[in-house]
Amino acid sequence: MKLQSLVRKNKPHGFFGSSIQSRSKRASLAFIAPAVFLIGLFLVVPVIMAFSLGFTDAKLASPKAPAFVGFDNFSKIISLGQVTVDGDPSNPDVLHDNLRELTRPSSDSQYSGMEVLTETVKADGSADIVLAGDALFWKSLGNTFYFAAAVAPFQGGLALLLALLINAPIKGRVIFRTVYFLPVVTSMVVVSILWIFMYQKDGLANILLSAVIPGWEPQAILTNPDLAMPAIIFMSAWQGVGFHMIIWLSGLQTIPGELYEAARVDGATRLQQFKHVTWPGLRTTFVFVLIIISIQAMGLFTQVNVMTKGGPLDSTRTLVFHAFNEGYEKQNVGYSSAIAVIFFIIVVLVSIIQRRLTRDKD
Amino acid sequence: MHKKKFPIGKIVIYALSAFFCFIFAAPLMFMISSSFKDPQTIFTHVHDWRAYFPVGEVNFDQYVGVLNRLPLFGFLFNSLLVSAVVVIGGLFVNSMAAFAIARLRFRGQNLILVFLIATLIVPFETIAMPLLVLVNSLPTITAADGSLQFTTGWLNSYLVQIAPFVASGFTIFLFVQYFKTLPKELDEAAIIDGAGYWTIYWRIIVPLAGPAFATAAILSFLSIWNAYLWPVMVVQTEALRPVQVGLDYFWGATSEEGTAWGQIMAYSTIITVPIIIVFILFQRAFVASVASSAVKG
Repeated sequence: MKLQSLVRKNKPHGFFGSSIQSRSKRASLAFIAPAVFLIGLFLVVPVIMAFSLGFTDAKLASPKAPAFVGFDNFSKIISLGQVTVDGDPSNPDVLHDNLRELTRPSSDSQYSGMEVLTETVKADGSADIVLAGDALFWKSLGNTFYFAAAVAPFQGGLALLLALLINAPIKGRVIFRTVYFLPVVTSMVVVSILWIFMYQKDGLANILLSAVIPGWEPQAILTNPDLAMPAIIFMSAWQGVGFHMIIWLSGLQTIPGELYEAARVDGATRLQQFKHVTWPGLRTTFVFVLIIISIQAMGLFTQVNVMTKGGPLDSTRTLVFHAFNEGYEKQNVGYSSAIAVIFFIIVVLVSIIQRRLTRDKD
Repeated sequence: MHKKKFPIGKIVIYALSAFFCFIFAAPLMFMISSSFKDPQTIFTHVHDWRAYFPVGEVNFDQYVGVLNRLPLFGFLFNSLLVSAVVVIGGLFVNSMAAFAIARLRFRGQNLILVFLIATLIVPFETIAMPLLVLVNSLPTITAADGSLQFTTGWLNSYLVQIAPFVASGFTIFLFVQYFKTLPKELDEAAIIDGAGYWTIYWRIIVPLAGPAFATAAILSFLSIWNAYLWPVMVVQTEALRPVQVGLDYFWGATSEEGTAWGQIMAYSTIITVPIIIVFILFQRAFVASVASSAVKG
């Protein structure tokens, strides 16, 4: 769209004389070389490395040369299997012994080396079990989608509300805008630690929640597996919403005032004005905000690494955290690169799907 | 824009605005206020309005304490040095590339622009791990004992915090868009006057592109100053640690004792308030740079 027209406009204009052309060529090379060299070395090479390391068993700081392992990393990451395991209702150990036998790394069953993802025990003591090559990957994937699916509408919607507020003709708009934007210039590490304090049992969040929700039991929010992720979602939206508010605002300011004028003449209410003038005018902004928030959200890492280290019970472990943990902490660079490649493919797919879904029908 | 006769709409807008002001300002006011209080006072004040204001027994003990405990000025120096080199180097490298793309003609021009746009879809998280492997195998030259020595690995250096972030496809793209709005006649006139390309770039384009430079500088400064994932991976030595990683380590080291909240708030305030002041002084430029980042779509 915008990009294509930009590229097309870039075609030669033909106002330089031909004698200048060769000079222009050499000069261009000198101007562009540093950037192309740096981007080539620090972006293109690592991208190629990510794809190639993903097919090896490379270790960080290991004297052994990495060996090619084909699709092993990828098949371990994505493999899933469902199985019913026999058990004894009076003795839960039977079930677990059977399960251990089934997944023993040295066994020749197809579930060898797999981990339990979910377990549903039935009345007769047997259990339906979903096995995964890397159970933490699937948990991380689920958590990443949970985070992105909650943050995108919440943060995007809140940003629009704030943009509408500061676009209204009231006094002190600049002050309001400044205050809403303050968390954006505050670093995520500072924000995370500040909110660790607020999410403590005797912190500000519990005090506010007790005041608002009757019967709220003050608790350490970040150690509760059900609350840790919502807490990080809320905090992340708080930190980032000012950024997207500004983007919505610049979209709002492109809508011609005459349209509102005309709508008012026709007797449209404020809600009707929003529905028929504001919202249609924000279409491209909407697509942009949605995609940009989703991409940022899927890269969730800093908050998790500072606040919860993926816990409690892996409830806040995300794909990037999982890749970091495998590659950096456990030194499995090859495996970590495979996760990064899958992460990259997911991000691109989500962007494409969002663009498709939001495309104009005409 | 929406002029209504009855003020109820306005009242609602003011009420909502004030509510959100509280939501966004309160945690930061708490941070700043708490940096002047000892931990006992912080916990006594937490239940009422005093949590958000520097009232009661306020002093600079927490600042003195954290500065005695950590080389915080060293961390600040590291972050400032890395940010300054990335921002200034980036302004040069990226605007020069953009100048060639937007104002000159050469074969493969479109291809390079398409390539640069393609780089925008690669999240840094994807390449962090291979990049670590890469920088770990790059050569370095160190001067030791009066002779130059070649070693391998960039870990624990300023270079590793700087070099990967100087060139940026996004920043080049910002500059290209801006440079294309400047009239072509300027270049033509300069060429007739015998000016070389460097003169055109440095004497004509750069002075006219102030807003683009401000935007690029602000966005890249914020991202480097606040960088976390990369410095965590490549800097282990305390002497080279940037402020954000230093804060994370400090938090990790003191989270067990539970008594260092005042010092943590003092540290957070030291690394946040200067940025907030700069933001308030130049907020028009900040807002404009965020708005223009929307071209990324």
